[in-house]
Amino acid sequence: MRSMTLNEIQDEIIDDFELFDEWMDKYNYLIELGNQLEPLNPKHKNNEYLIEGCQSKVWLHAELDNGSVKFTADSDAIITKGIVALLVKVMSGRKPEEIKDADLYFIDRIGLKENLSPTRSNGLLAMMKQMKLYGLAFFVRDE
Amino acid sequence: MFDIEKIRKDFPILQKKVYGNSLIYLDNGATSQKPRAVIEKISSFYSYSNSSIHRGVHFLSEQATAEFESARNRVKEFINAEQNHEIIFTAGTTASINSVAFSFGEKYIKAGDEIILTEMEHHANIVPWQMLCDRKGCKLKIVPINDNGDLLLDGFEKMFTPKTRILAMTHVSNALGTINPVKEMIKTAHANNVPVMVDGAQSVQHGVVDVRDLDCDFFVFSGHKIYGPTGIGVLYGKEKWLEEMPPYQGGGDMIKNVTFEKTIYNDLPFKFEAGTINYVGAIGLAAALDYLSETGREEIEEYESELSGYANKRLSEVEGLKFYGTSANKISILSFLIEGIHQYDAGMIIDKLGIAVRTGTHCAQPVMDHFGIDGTIRASLAFYNTKEEIDRLYDALLKVKQMLG
Ligand SMILES: Cc1ncc(COP(=O)(O)O)c(C=O)c1O
Repeated sequence: MRSMTLNEIQDEIIDDFELFDEWMDKYNYLIELGNQLEPLNPKHKNNEYLIEGCQSKVWLHAELDNGSVKFTADSDAIITKGIVALLVKVMSGRKPEEIKDADLYFIDRIGLKENLSPTRSNGLLAMMKQMKLYGLAFFVRDE
Repeated sequence: MFDIEKIRKDFPILQKKVYGNSLIYLDNGATSQKPRAVIEKISSFYSYSNSSIHRGVHFLSEQATAEFESARNRVKEFINAEQNHEIIFTAGTTASINSVAFSFGEKYIKAGDEIILTEMEHHANIVPWQMLCDRKGCKLKIVPINDNGDLLLDGFEKMFTPKTRILAMTHVSNALGTINPVKEMIKTAHANNVPVMVDGAQSVQHGVVDVRDLDCDFFVFSGHKIYGPTGIGVLYGKEKWLEEMPPYQGGGDMIKNVTFEKTIYNDLPFKFEAGTINYVGAIGLAAALDYLSETGREEIEEYESELSGYANKRLSEVEGLKFYGTSANKISILSFLIEGIHQYDAGMIIDKLGIAVRTGTHCAQPVMDHFGIDGTIRASLAFYNTKEEIDRLYDALLKVKQMLG
């Protein structure tokens, strides 16, 4: 069980990003987060787990571990990967029910909303949807 | 006299600031910006002259019709077509190609026939032909490219067989910038009795195009890429083909006589212009062509070629930068990658510095497949760009390397 709620983590991320006035600082931070992201098991870095974006690619793996969903993920573009890391930070280790109902408002609040527009096609919007679908699937299976 | 300062003032958007920096617009291959002459023409037409064309006896309608038909004449002159009715207005290059693929395909193509394309086509010049192949059971043959981004023409002549019906190819590659030797290729095609459609979406805005000199059978382009409005395009076709081909769409204005038993199609060009077409777009396009002619098409070509040489030299100074498309014959498109850096990351950083470039496959996936890459960063220059802007792109690339390298 995680001690902070999903929204508490989102609020913490929003606070972190408030330190940055400059876009480049924000990006540098995302690059750092991307580099620190727990690696995806190489055997999961294949088409089965690929979320195809036209601009960048994202891989997402999920498994149920003691009643919570563990997400691991990767991207071929490092800034995308930084945002992936944030999504993993918010969503991983939570109960399927929380994940399926999550309202992910932090992306908008930290000024990265453009990265979630369908036309960007960088895999992130699809990744968010996929995470919630995993939440739903595990929730239904557990019932 | 080509006066860059004056020219820049003609394009209001170039004064814009993006994320606190002056905008540097290097995405002209995707769409071009509009000079005041075009914006004002459209605004004044809607304010004082708007009316449906070809339909009313009233004053406004007659005036609007005359202006629209004069736009057609302007396009005819611009590409040196022989007759006004060989100029069909469409919604853009994509619409023009679909129209040729459908109408030409209906009339002349049957199962087992062959269509020749090249490996460097935009998806707009691939998919409509694939759809035709699905309908008719014909097949595509592809002229390959080499690693410079030039067409490999050694086996070109041998690709033609008695089943070859049409060659559809781009004049200039949007992903690589290569200018193809269309004139010679058209000669070869004609020697084999095969007509040629040239996709001019990336060529007409960069140099003088003369469809009679090229002797192409069809030539298509988009208004929005040649400093005109969006939603308007041109399909030039030789009269002989346009007369024989059935129309692509049915509706008003394209018919002479309709009963429920039978419809008699209208004469050219109206046969191919069903419904209320984008006449304001056509009038705006004519204003753009006027603007280019007044600025001097040869001067534009010369300036762009010099700017492109400078950009090439400057960007080669970036360590680890690799160009894709290094033909000796190119327009001002620079497609490249920096070693170890994803194009999307680079694009996101460049964007925040106020510079608009495009990243990705540029709707030319076969080209990317040829080079075994997912995409490139593309800077496509226009005659309102400057060496100072190239310097800022250079600085931006250094910043990208510093952050990501
Ligand atoms: C070579 C080429 N052909 C066709 C097109 C399609 O043009 P449009 O989207 O204006 O129809 C483009 C535009 O990107 C292009 O570069």
